[in-house]
Amino acid sequence: MSEISLNTGLIIASILFFTGFLGVMIRRNILFMLISVEIMLNAAGLAFVFAGARWHAPDGQIMLIFILTMAAAEVAVGLALMIQVYQKFKTLDSDAVSNMRG
Amino acid sequence: MTVFFYIAALIAILSTVLVVTRANVVHALIYMVISLLATAVMFFIVGAPFMAALEIMIYAGAIMVLFVFVIMMLNLGAKGVEQEKEWLSASGWIIPALFSFVLLAEVVYLIVASPVSPLAGKMVPPKEVGYSLFTTYLLGVELAAVLLLAGIVGAYHLARKKKHVVHRFLQSKGADE
Repeated sequence: MSEISLNTGLIIASILFFTGFLGVMIRRNILFMLISVEIMLNAAGLAFVFAGARWHAPDGQIMLIFILTMAAAEVAVGLALMIQVYQKFKTLDSDAVSNMRG
Repeated sequence: MTVFFYIAALIAILSTVLVVTRANVVHALIYMVISLLATAVMFFIVGAPFMAALEIMIYAGAIMVLFVFVIMMLNLGAKGVEQEKEWLSASGWIIPALFSFVLLAEVVYLIVASPVSPLAGKMVPPKEVGYSLFTTYLLGVELAAVLLLAGIVGAYHLARKKKHVVHRFLQSKGADE
C-alpha cells in the first residue's frame, strides 16, 4: 500500500478489461456493446501506460495515442453502422441482425 | 499521492461496473465519463500528464459527445429503458459473469504471483513523448492518419440515408400518390 507497483496497476487494468468484456457478453443493445468495447480499449491503454511508467519510457504513452486514434475511428464507423441498423430494423437489438439478408 | 491513486482506481472500477449494469443509456454514458476522468487522474499520478490531458480531451470530450449525439438522434426515451430492463434478465448474465470472473481470477493470480516491480514514479515529459512519436514511431503516425481518413469516409458513407431510386420508365405521373 505504501508505493504503487506495476502489479497493482495491471490488476486494475485487468479488472476494467473484464468488466468491459462482461458488458459485451451480457448486453443485447448494440450501443451498450460499443460502450463496453470502449471500456476494454481504455483498459488496454491503461496497462500500456503503467508498463511505460515502470520502465520510464515514452513508448507506453505512444501506444495510448494510437489506441485513442483507433478508438475514435472505430466509434465513428460503429455508430454509423448502428444508425443504419436502427433505421432498417427499428430496434437496437443485436439479435435482429443475426440473419444477413442483404 | 498513493492514496489518491487508490481512490481514483476505486472510482474507475465502480463507475465502470455501473456503466455495464445501467438500463438508461444516458446514465451509463455519464458514469463512463466519470470512469474516464478517474483514469486520467491515475495517468497523472503515474507520471503521464500529457496522456491525462489527451484522455479527457479525446475520450471524455470527443468520443462521449459523439455517443450523446447519436443517442439524441435515435431518441430512445422511456420505452428503451423498459426494453433494456427486460433484456437484462438474471438468467442471461449470470453464467457469462461467472466464467469471466474465473478468467479474471486467473489473470489476477498470475499478476500477484509474479515478482513485485515498483513504478518509477518519475514523470515522462510530453516533449520526450512527442520526440519519440515523430522519430521512432513516424510510420505509426502516418498509418494512424490513413486509418482516420478511412474512418471519416466510412462513417460518412454508412450513415448517409439511402435514396429510394426508381427507374425513369417506372415513374408514372401518378406514382407519387
